[in-house]
Amino acid sequence: MTSLPHATSDVRLGLVIDLDTCVGCQACVTACKEWNTGGHMAPLTDYDPYGAAPDGVWFNRVHSYEHTKADGCGETVHFPRSCLHCETPACVTVCPTGASYKRASDGIVLVDEDKCIGCKLCSWACPYGAREFDTDVGVMKKCTLCVDRIYNENLPEADRVPACVASCPTGARHFGDLGDPASPVSQLIAERGGVDLMPELGYRPTNKYLPPRTRKAAEPAPALTATDGVGGLLGWVDRILSR
Amino acid sequence: MHPAFSVIAFTVCSGAGFGLLALVSAGAALGLIPADRLLGFVAMGLGLALACGGLLSSTAHLGRPERAWRAFSQWRSSWLSREGVAAVATILAAVALAAGWVFLGRTDGAFAAAGLATAVLSVATVSTTAMIYASLKPIAAWHSPLTLPAYLLFSVMTGAGLLTALLSVFGLDVRALAAVAAVLALAGWVLKRAVWHRNADHPGVSTLNSATGLKGGMVRSLEWPHTEENYLLKEMGYRVARKHALKLRRIAQALAFALPLVLFALAAVVGGVAGTVAAVVAAVVQLAGMLVERWLFFAEAKHTVTLYYGR
Repeated sequence: MTSLPHATSDVRLGLVIDLDTCVGCQACVTACKEWNTGGHMAPLTDYDPYGAAPDGVWFNRVHSYEHTKADGCGETVHFPRSCLHCETPACVTVCPTGASYKRASDGIVLVDEDKCIGCKLCSWACPYGAREFDTDVGVMKKCTLCVDRIYNENLPEADRVPACVASCPTGARHFGDLGDPASPVSQLIAERGGVDLMPELGYRPTNKYLPPRTRKAAEPAPALTATDGVGGLLGWVDRILSR
Repeated sequence: MHPAFSVIAFTVCSGAGFGLLALVSAGAALGLIPADRLLGFVAMGLGLALACGGLLSSTAHLGRPERAWRAFSQWRSSWLSREGVAAVATILAAVALAAGWVFLGRTDGAFAAAGLATAVLSVATVSTTAMIYASLKPIAAWHSPLTLPAYLLFSVMTGAGLLTALLSVFGLDVRALAAVAAVLALAGWVLKRAVWHRNADHPGVSTLNSATGLKGGMVRSLEWPHTEENYLLKEMGYRVARKHALKLRRIAQALAFALPLVLFALAAVVGGVAGTVAAVVAAVVQLAGMLVERWLFFAEAKHTVTLYYGR
């Protein structure tokens, strides 16, 4: 059923992505591919992987941007882009077959591959480019929030997080319950001013992005002036050379 | 957006088909079109062929066409599903009218009711097609109050063109209908220009700033996540036709609106063999022009995901 469910719980699982600490290493990208090509939505087909124009299905892509701010200072921002598991996902409601659905229990948006007819309308309805079509299998695929890891009792408890979160070497990706205001991820959002992507479109994404921290204003390099009042050997050398 | 030929052919053919079915069915039900059995066979046959052919061609772009029947299930939320349901209902009503008309030579009583139902359902079907596009917020050019009226007008315009040509071939006096077709071509032209004008002023509310959550200043794409084109860029970052958009717009306007306007006006005045030739040429040229118009409808539409790629 592609009508949105009446949530049976307040749990809203999702990611909080820190644009301040992401270094664009692509570890989450490859970890996602590695896990999911054998997971719930397997396979994540690659076409012509060793040829002239390799292409394939990925759930997580990391862009790099140059942000030149109003004061003229610029910074490089690495930007991981994946499904935001929206509160009002049009990708679900446009689905004609019931293949796309949002889970009432935890808010995860999934595709039932056995019902998908591959009309691609859901990918048109997603402003974030979260869905990628698998031309080999003929169905749409998307991030599952590693639904086969986070509830997997065969894994040690510490590993029951999405592969992208587990693999991030800088701790830029956080997983948790964004429906619980007391959860660590909710507190992180409150503390750092986490934002929605394209809030103007009204999809109400669950995932939040933490903007880069404000840097100290750039100071000019110190001038080559003599240092006064420094004692010891260095002070003596400084005084001699400053004559 | 990538202009898949199957979808272009589908929307143009089914639009013209349902437009023709609506006009023929209403005309027959109201006694404006004679209950001639051969005429019924050709007119209803052409309308049904275009409508069904369009629907079948739309399944050609599916990844798993054998599961297409599942698309009738989600009419509560999905315009695409509603379109499937409405199209089948229309075709069933049209087949009922066609059966009475072709086999019994009757378009009155229950068959007239089926005809009126066909007309109403045809309008509903074309409306659902339009709403599939109009409901997509990430594509500003489609998420427009003009998308629904444009689909409806182009449907009745091409349907009226086909009906004029058809009745003219059957030797009926179509001067009044040709005048209507000419007026519809003019109205379609005005509306299409209004759509282009509106879209030029509405590039979409989202920016790379809002797409990345980075506030203020300027955000510039430094490096893509991948070196080759991926699904998103192939499907939603299509650029070939934009290069020729201006020329294609002139071609679309000439073929879909200007030439049919002149030819239908000619058919409205002269009648006879010359009028018939003018009406047939106008109807065919108009459909060719609508294919170009529909190509541009897709190719010129910009999806928000292209923002992430700096396009």
